[in-house]
Amino acid sequence: MDLFEYQGKELLRKYGVPVPEGRVASTPEEAVAAARKLGGRVVVKAQVLIGGRGKAGGIKVARSPEEAGEVTDQILGMDVRGHTVKRVLVERAGDITDEYYCSFLVDRSERQFLGIMSAEGGVDIEEVAANDPEKITRVHIDPLLGISQFHARELVFGADIDRDARKEAIAILPKLYDAFVSLDASLVEVNPLVLTGEGRVMALDAKVSVDDSAGYRHPIFDELKTVHEVPEQERLAKEKGLTFIKLDGDVGIIGNGAGLVMSTLDVVKAAGGDPANFLDVGGGAGADVLSSALEVITSNSEVNSVLINIFGGITRGDLVAEGIIDALGRLEIKVPIVVRLDGTNAEQGRKMLADAPHEMLVTAATMLEGAEKAVELAGKGGE
Amino acid sequence: MAILIGNDTRLLVQGLTGREGSFHGLRNKKYGTNLVAGVTPGKGGSDVEGVPIFDTVREATTATGANTSMVFVPPPVAADAILESHDAGIEVIIAITEGIPAMDMARTVTHLRRGQRAAALIGPNCPGVISPGKANVGIIPGEVCTEGPVGLVSRSGTLTYQIVYELTQEGIGQSTCVGVGGDPIPGSDFIDVLERFEKDDLTKLVVLVGEIGGDAEERAAAWVKENMRTPVVAYIAGFTAPPGKRMGHAGAIVSGSQGTAAAKKEALEAAGIRVATNPTEVSAIVGELL
Repeated sequence: MDLFEYQGKELLRKYGVPVPEGRVASTPEEAVAAARKLGGRVVVKAQVLIGGRGKAGGIKVARSPEEAGEVTDQILGMDVRGHTVKRVLVERAGDITDEYYCSFLVDRSERQFLGIMSAEGGVDIEEVAANDPEKITRVHIDPLLGISQFHARELVFGADIDRDARKEAIAILPKLYDAFVSLDASLVEVNPLVLTGEGRVMALDAKVSVDDSAGYRHPIFDELKTVHEVPEQERLAKEKGLTFIKLDGDVGIIGNGAGLVMSTLDVVKAAGGDPANFLDVGGGAGADVLSSALEVITSNSEVNSVLINIFGGITRGDLVAEGIIDALGRLEIKVPIVVRLDGTNAEQGRKMLADAPHEMLVTAATMLEGAEKAVELAGKGGE
Repeated sequence: MAILIGNDTRLLVQGLTGREGSFHGLRNKKYGTNLVAGVTPGKGGSDVEGVPIFDTVREATTATGANTSMVFVPPPVAADAILESHDAGIEVIIAITEGIPAMDMARTVTHLRRGQRAAALIGPNCPGVISPGKANVGIIPGEVCTEGPVGLVSRSGTLTYQIVYELTQEGIGQSTCVGVGGDPIPGSDFIDVLERFEKDDLTKLVVLVGEIGGDAEERAAAWVKENMRTPVVAYIAGFTAPPGKRMGHAGAIVSGSQGTAAAKKEALEAAGIRVATNPTEVSAIVGELL
């Protein structure tokens, strides 16, 4: 789960990382009150879970509480690359002398933790990595030993951070690392880490991504999650234990296992169709899950056909068939449902479907045949 | 031979008394795997259909000579279970459990890889390992597999079944099929498994099944080019995945250009590996090369 900037900063503050004083606001009135409380010049920042808000006009400076209200009014409701702004963070503005980049993350390739630092902060770090790779310092950290002072020194001296900022930066890095580990984060990124006019070093932005698998030992994750907005169809799917992602096409897809579902999307695309979604019923799905999955998919009016591609391991073919038959009886299904069933109890399942004919039910012997039929029935076969 | 598991596998299941653990453990036994013990703290002295249960892995290994462990315990205690098996001298640990925090796995995997007696950890969040006709440890449906010369390594579960099924239908058998799992920090990656296949005399060709996210396929491609004489055929899922969208599990995150299916295909082909466009084509290419 990615956290909003204000959530990330609140957490980092708890671990001793200096962040500017600020308040979150979801109306112009709240922003005025926040600015008044903070006093002086403030920065109003759109809270979205995507980069590029600065360029989109989502960050503005206000000289008075009234102005803070005005710019908040402009920013709220703004669209930043498909994300609507629902909240702003109002922060005390300060003089910035220099901007740096630093992060800690799980390095999947090396199966270690990785600290990254650069003197080129406040810009797209991937661009820096591509154009000036020598300006980025990477230091691996043993997950069992944790961070030592020397790691922090290697990062700070390696990145050639200004003399004035070094001492504080070296002191902040272990705190950031502590936050990274203690929060079960997969990423803690501060871009920029700034040196202020008063010679202080602080985190001006924070991108914290936490590991949902560790939620059981972090009750706060549920609290943080409440402000995350999930599209209606995805929320409905999640409630029923399905992994669902909406896409733009018209061929609905249901499968078991992320890899097989991705592969199904690919073969539908190769057959000339456009998948309407990714839907993984997971392992060991029963009849009710299949039935719910069909309900979720067919609730999308753009769907013109559905392909159910199941290869049972833990999942049983007879239960899949039962779920499909249940959905066909329970829902008013107006689009063809192509079913391809293999694996555990598949023969039994195929017989159940043959014994319960329905005008919208089409069977396919293989995955490729299923994809071709679904695409053809969606009316896109010839394209 | 075969890799990781075979006729000399002596399996213990951590969590054999649980619903899933007993179902799959006994299914593995029925397949012909030599299931010698179960471990559930507090239930030592009991049995599951004649298989003795022990309180600790050390007791189980001492009493039964178990050399392989399957981990089927809930995520909060799974890393501990892996460490316990390693400490008791288990050589191959296959962790099926899904949802173990990455921090736990980072520490566990670091510890396992560092020891003088490095145990092979497969998983977590994986379907397991099968050496057809010899042993099955995990949840791969044994009936879709058949003995033969093709090794298979995959990050996915059901997609593995699909591809194995297609191979079997073409009359092409498998030496060992290994699901390494889709977690951010796997115990073994493609290279760890490819290394074993390269040394295995039964394996004449290897199928590598990848998916979007990370750079395991790219690294495997480079390794194959440098180190492998056994031919490799690949398949990658996720060409139609939109950038930045999560597709179900942690291994499948696309971040920018790196990690895309297209980038992986390119890297594999640059290493001289043929990449199939769909699961059916995998068996066709394998048939051609064998």
